[in-house]
Formats: sequence, C-alpha cells, structure tokens
Amino acid sequence: MTREDIFARLTDIFRNVFDDDEIVLTDSTTADDIEDWDSLEQINLLVAIEKRFNIKFQLADVSHLENVGAMVDLVARLIA
Amino acid sequence: MSVLDYPFDNAYILEKKKSIKRELLQNDKFIEKKIAVLSGSTIGEIKNILELFLLNYGIKPEFKVGGYNRYFEELMFDDGSLKDFAPDFIYIHTSNKNIENLPVPQDSEEAVKDKLTKEFEKFKTVCEKALSFGAVVIVNNFEMPFYRMYGSKDAVAAQGVVNFTNKLNVMIADYIASKENIYLNDINYLSGLIGLDNWFSLENWYLYKYALAVDKIPDLAFGIAKIIKSALGKNKKSVVLDLDNTLWGGVIGDDGVEGIAIGNEQPAGMSYTEFQSYLKRLTGLGIMLNVCSKNEEKIAKQGFTDRKEAPLSVDDFICFKANWEPKHLNIAAIAKEINIGEDSLVFIDDNPAEREIVRKSLPTVTVPEVSCPEDYIKAIDRAGYFEITSFTKDDAKRNEMYKQNAQRAAAESAFTDYNDYLLSLEMTGEIGPFSTAHCERITQLINKTNQFNFTTRRYAQSEVEEIIADRTNYISAYAKLIDKFGDNGITTCLIASVEGTNANIDLWVMSCRVFKRHLEYAVFDYLVAKCKEMGVKTITASYLPTAKNVIIKDFYEGIGFDVTLDSESEKRYILNIPEEYENKNKVIKMEIV
Repeated sequence: MTREDIFARLTDIFRNVFDDDEIVLTDSTTADDIEDWDSLEQINLLVAIEKRFNIKFQLADVSHLENVGAMVDLVARLIA
Repeated sequence: MSVLDYPFDNAYILEKKKSIKRELLQNDKFIEKKIAVLSGSTIGEIKNILELFLLNYGIKPEFKVGGYNRYFEELMFDDGSLKDFAPDFIYIHTSNKNIENLPVPQDSEEAVKDKLTKEFEKFKTVCEKALSFGAVVIVNNFEMPFYRMYGSKDAVAAQGVVNFTNKLNVMIADYIASKENIYLNDINYLSGLIGLDNWFSLENWYLYKYALAVDKIPDLAFGIAKIIKSALGKNKKSVVLDLDNTLWGGVIGDDGVEGIAIGNEQPAGMSYTEFQSYLKRLTGLGIMLNVCSKNEEKIAKQGFTDRKEAPLSVDDFICFKANWEPKHLNIAAIAKEINIGEDSLVFIDDNPAEREIVRKSLPTVTVPEVSCPEDYIKAIDRAGYFEITSFTKDDAKRNEMYKQNAQRAAAESAFTDYNDYLLSLEMTGEIGPFSTAHCERITQLINKTNQFNFTTRRYAQSEVEEIIADRTNYISAYAKLIDKFGDNGITTCLIASVEGTNANIDLWVMSCRVFKRHLEYAVFDYLVAKCKEMGVKTITASYLPTAKNVIIKDFYEGIGFDVTLDSESEKRYILNIPEEYENKNKVIKMEIV
C-alpha cells in the first residue's frame, strides 16, 4: 500500500469521525487545524484506524503522534 | 432496520456517530429524560454512544456527566448540582477497577472477609445515596479479573479474586432484588459474552483510563439503553410467528404432519424444539404469542396437536392466523384483536420476502433479520425486546387475561344489548387510594399505558410514593376489576391535585382491555365522592392528543364536562359537581378500600 493509499483511507476516516466531507489532510495537519479534534476524538480516530487497517497500536506507538504525517508513517510501518 | 439495531457493527457506530446522531435527530417525536452518568473510569464516549441508542428508542437524553472517577464524591457530597439537575436516571459506571480492597495471597481469611464487607458496604452506601435523589438508578456489577493468581483455583481459594468477585456479585444481586427503582446492568455477563480478552484492553486502560476496550462501548451502551427503555415502558409485548421453517422444519402442507422437523431426534428438529421451549418460557413473562402463517388452519394446528414433541400447544397462542391473506393484513388484525399497538409486535419469519413486505407495510412492527433456526433465540434475546425491569403478578398472568378477553369477545357477540352483556359478566371491583403495596404496579401502569391516557404524563416510582404520602393535596385512585372469566388485576389509576375548591385530573390511565366495561364510570364516581368529602366543587381535566390516545378524545364530554379550551395541542374541561350526583356505574359491584 502506498502512502497515497493510506492518506486516502485516513481522509475517509477523518471525514466520518468529524462528519465533515470537506476535510483534506496533509502531512502537517494537526489537532489545531480541525475544530472538533480533541482528546476524545483522538481516541476514536486511533480505534477507527486500527479497525480499518486491521492493525494494533502499542502503547509506545501512540504517545507522540504530533501530526497526520506521523500517523501515516506509523500505519505504513505496521502494515509493512 | 437501523444501524443501531442488533446485530450492530461496533466500528461503524463509533466512526460514524456524528452522522448517525444527525439522522436520528430528524425524528421529532421524543420523550425527554435527564440522565446523570457518573464516572468510575473514563465515560466520554460511553455517554455519546448511549445517546445514540436512546435516540433510536425515541428517548432524547439530557446528560449531566460526572468528573473522572468522581462518582463517590459527587453522590456522597453533592454540591447541589446533582440535586438541581433532578435526574430521571442515574447511571454509575463502575468496574472492577473501582474495587479498592481486592484480596491478595498474603491475606488471612478474616482479612478477605473484611475486604468483602467493606466493598459491599461502599457499594450499598453509593446506591442508597443515588436512590435518595428520586431517580431510577442503574449500576454495574463487577466483571472478572483479567489475570488469576491461582489459575482455576482463583474461583475456590479464599484469597482468589474470581471467588471474591463472584461473592460480591451475589451480594449485589441480592441487594438489588430487595430494592425498587434500582436496576443491574450485568457487565459480568456481558463481558463473558464478548470474552474478557476482548472486553478489556490494557492499552485503552493505560492510555485513556477506559475500563473496557473502546470498541466494546456500543455493547455496554446498548445494555444500558435497553434497561432505560424498559423502565420507560417501551418494551415489546408480543411475538408474531410464522410456522413452516420458523417453528418447525419443513412445510407442513407439503411434507405432512409426520414430515416436519420437530423433537430431539435429529439436529434440525432440536433447533426448532429449543426455539419453541424458549417461546414457551417467554409466555411465563407475560409475552403473548401469535401465529401468522400461510397455511390451512386445520393442517397448521396439527403441527402442535399431533406432534407431542412440540413444546408449544395451540393454547399458547392468543391469535392463530393460518390463512392465505397477506401477512401484513393478518398482523394488523392481530394488533387490533389483542388491542396493542403495532409497535409492540415482533415478527419472526424465515422468509426474507415476507419480512420485507411486513417492514414496508407496517413500519412500526419490529422485524429482526433471522437467517437460520439456530439464530432465532439469539436474535430475540440479544436485541432485548423484552428486557425485564419490573415484573409484577399481573405480568405473569397477562396471557391468561388476554385469553379471557377472547372469551369475553365471544360472549359479547351473543348479546344484542350491551348493558345485558355487561351484567352477564358479573363484575366486581375494588377501588381505593394509592398504597405502597400497589406502588410498583401503579407506576408500571402509568408508564406503559398509551391509549386510555389523557395526558401521557409519566411518573417515577418516587413521585408515586409522594402522592401516596400526601392525602391533602392529591386524590388518587386505583381500581381492580374481576369478572366471571377471571381477575384483571389493577387496570386503572387516577391522580387529581386539589387546589382550594377545584380538583384537576393530572393523570388518568386505564388498560385498554377493560375499557368500556364501566370501570371508568366507577372510577369517576369515586373521584366525585372524594371531592365531596373534601369540599371540592369543580373538577377540571385536560386531554393532550397523541398518536395513540384518539379513542378517548370525546370521553370527558360524554360524562358531562364542558369544554373550556379546544386547541390542536390541548383540550381543557370543567365540571361543576352537582349537589345530587347519581353514580354512573350500575353494572360493577365496587368495594371501597
């Protein structure tokens, strides 16, 4: 799966979770860019990503995910 | 089918919760309830998902969400905010993470006993305090620990946590059984059903302090929502069943009565037999069974009479519709005959085409997706259509009562004069003010009745208790009706609030199975007599129309009231009590208690 594929799937998840079809993600997108992105929704995003890619995050994985780029890298590493 | 109906997709619900909520809110008929969710661990998403399931049941919650792990403090030392919120429900989200005094192998047996007492006492104190807010309280028991120091012996050793949890859960169950207005959310069973390793996630605990895996939150929330809708009288009441390949294997018209699969001889027969046994047990809970099958009636009945292995008999059904009419017409007729709303029916049929027609023609009838006989029980059980919160003696007898009603209908058709018919029923009754002994049944009747219900006002048991205690400001009445076919139990109650020389009928409900038997007159006679005793000169009343209470829209006019307001949303009435009042009931011998 290419980085673009991962981006596309993440975009779909973000749009569902925030109920906003306008969301466009880039590597540098952070919680500051999306109004409803709080700690509660962060959990939702991670759970949805785990399900969608059929992966399991470890404690150490999710502690410092500072932006969407980091999320994509993490997914890419786990499905590799 | 809604995405929130069992069997639902947890991941889908969690990911799409915002758009699901948006769609649910397009419905505009909700009952609004205040729910306090108190925390023993993280509850943020639990509240959000609970909201979805409640909206799906037609309940719009207003939440007060407690601070993280503050349930004990917020209940015991309320700063007034919980009291001001005046919750209808309090859900306390605790789990085994909230057990402070777990046994360890180093403990003496005495020390373990002390810990058990301490934990139970804390639990009890919290419950008592929660009940003191006048709300319905929902509490979890405790799920099993995720590791066992002793292995299997953990369930046996005095210091075993499994043993400790089992004992604590029994104490909790006994306590709740002895109380009213408090219900158990059995997370011990639920976590077992899902599997402990799936239920609990160490990552979710360490990272977010969720005491259950985030993706299992829909299961938890569904369990709580089922209890709330049951307490609010939103359970289903009756099952309509197809026959061929639903209650037995094969087609009786083609295969013959000996050819159908029933009984424990072969696997297929076993699955249908177990399903029939399950349904037979449901009747013990007052759930009514009906048949709706495309069959010749005579042949269809042989499936029960000529196959002794069948746990059900023809007598277990209230309506038996085996004919060639379209099923939705038969189902609508069944609802009419037993006098319940179509939305109280669950229809089970193995044929997807029949299910689809019924769903389309009768959208309020519940039609679960069932694919094979081994799934039937699960489809009914897990969906919680008949989730029991209160269970009264009248519930246990309901099937009998409805059967007696069918006999009454037969008797009625033999009379040309309705009054003669009523006299022939040899009715007697009992009427009196609300009392503690009848409190549970009265509350249930108030909250379940939709048709003969002028104001559709709902009362919590605590509010009914207040009315029992206050005989100066309220006139209350319940009545029982007995006739030659049997005892109908408590079927009506009325609450009037007295202000000066006026009494206003706040609430009047009657079970529809006794409507037009003149029990309504007997209740009114009683109200008038009480008013006279208290010096009340006028009675006011109102009718708030709903989709279901059309049958009583002209009732007050019929007993002599004048209309003072007639708008779309409310009709108001007044009656000047005459000096010489003649009792309206002349057919029921009433005993005043």
